[in-house]
Amino acid sequence: MMNSQGVAPPGAVEARALTVERGDRTVLRSLDFTVEPGRITGLLGPSGCGKSTLMRAVVGTQAKVGGTLDVLGLPAGHPALRPRVGYVTQAPSVYSDLTVRQNLDYFAAVLLPGRAHRDSRRETVTRVIQDVDLTTRADALAGNLSGGQLSRVSLAVALLGTPELLVLDEPTVGLDPVLRRDLWNLFHTLAADRGTTILVSSHVMDEAERCHRLLLMREGTVLAADTPDALRTRTGSATIEEAFLHLVDEAAATARKEATR
Amino acid sequence: MSTTATTPAPRPLSPARTLATAVRVLRQLRHDPRTIALLLIVPVLMITLLRYVFDASPQTFDAIGASLLGIFPLITMFLVTSIATLRERTSGTLERLLAMPLGKGDLIAGYALAFGAVAVAQSVLATALSVWVLGLDVVGSPWLLLLVALLDALLGTALGLFVSAFAASEFQAVQFMPAVIFPQLLLCGLFTPRDRMHPVLEAVSNVMPMSYAVDGMNQVLTHTDVTTDFYRDILIVAGCALLVLCLGAATLRRRTG
Ligand SMILES: Nc1ncnc2c1ncn2[C@@H]1O[C@H](COP(=O)(O)OP(=O)(O)O)[C@@H](O)[C@H]1O
Ligand SMILES: [Mg+2]
Repeated sequence: MMNSQGVAPPGAVEARALTVERGDRTVLRSLDFTVEPGRITGLLGPSGCGKSTLMRAVVGTQAKVGGTLDVLGLPAGHPALRPRVGYVTQAPSVYSDLTVRQNLDYFAAVLLPGRAHRDSRRETVTRVIQDVDLTTRADALAGNLSGGQLSRVSLAVALLGTPELLVLDEPTVGLDPVLRRDLWNLFHTLAADRGTTILVSSHVMDEAERCHRLLLMREGTVLAADTPDALRTRTGSATIEEAFLHLVDEAAATARKEATR
Repeated sequence: MSTTATTPAPRPLSPARTLATAVRVLRQLRHDPRTIALLLIVPVLMITLLRYVFDASPQTFDAIGASLLGIFPLITMFLVTSIATLRERTSGTLERLLAMPLGKGDLIAGYALAFGAVAVAQSVLATALSVWVLGLDVVGSPWLLLLVALLDALLGTALGLFVSAFAASEFQAVQFMPAVIFPQLLLCGLFTPRDRMHPVLEAVSNVMPMSYAVDGMNQVLTHTDVTTDFYRDILIVAGCALLVLCLGAATLRRRTG
């Protein structure tokens, strides 16, 4: 699973005292966490807690990032990381006035330019269209697709370059259960067969069980980082949602104690 | 956060990525036949209209017609580019592209190439119609008219790209057209020769690129040979286009708030 050369593999993402400001607000406060390589890490937390901001920091599109943030052994945003990291923004970012295949053709040409690669690009494009189950819609204009289909096109773009790290911002929101299951199976195949590290966010707690590890977030801080099993055992909860509530109460109690001291 | 992350390594222009970008922009346009029709037909209609407005004074038609052949590509490419790049910024595709191994230069050159091609088509139509059908009296070579038109289109693309950084919506982007283009239109010598304006206005017109675009057109109109003034004009227009393109590149930020 770990494809490094003997040395103790560092985390695929290592954050120390990671702080991000947006506007004049501190959106992420001094986060420390590690994303293990070759595994699926779920970033869970309510809307507005800073999941997208954290992901933007990891892929290097977020300004005003403080602290240390290393990705695949390099500082986040390093030019050498661009071909190695795939990123799917929360809002689908594809050209609505191009067909599905034309969108993928273009992004494939950015990743693997030149005439020499034309055949392998065509293969890759066909493969990712299959991966996201859009073969029958390949020649439809992206602007005419449903929301769920559109976000799958956006996901397909990130699958083009066989990235070592995939950062997926709420990729399964609004999809029907069958498709959601299929995509999660795809993520697991990517992690198992290619050793791809996947950082995937969701504000829906029931997706937690599908991840190897979880980062639970709330209001710009990480509440806990562990496997789903360990989190439930530690908090004596039946579900991750309960565990989350337990951790929130615990944190609030600690804060109250400190305030009254 | 280390500072190296914010300053991407300087990378040479990648011809393959530039070409792929140009093809993509043209494919987007192809899905919008109405815009293509407007781009190609409006200049033709306007120049025809002008011909009959100045039915009784062919000299005036020559002067204003030639100027317009230079102004159309500038204005249309300004509008098309500012909207297209604004969309690229707001749809998230710009963020995605800049997180991929695409150089800013590739993106900008791709746009310039695509809209340059559209401008050539537009200018060929308008120029051919003016010279062969409407009787526009050009002393110099019509090819030179095309060259100036192409440079004007590049200038328009550059200006559009640059102002799109300051527009939050398509409404605002469109409003930059009166703000950026109209003053140049009034001062470029289209309505009155520039040396007959108030000295202050003449000085202002001297630093506006459109003045040289119109000047270049008039050089071709009235001289059989390529004059030194013509060289000066096209160099200034090309230089301005390049300068503004670089400014535009600086507004493409990989990291945003
Ligand atoms: N462009 C922005 N400028 C200023 N604040 C922002 C911006 N985008 C998001 N925020 C704020 O940052 C916080 C975290 O947002 P985000 O990372 O999008 O959360 P999530 O993805 O978990 O829903 C929110 O409180 C939000 O209001
Ligand atoms: Mg979000």
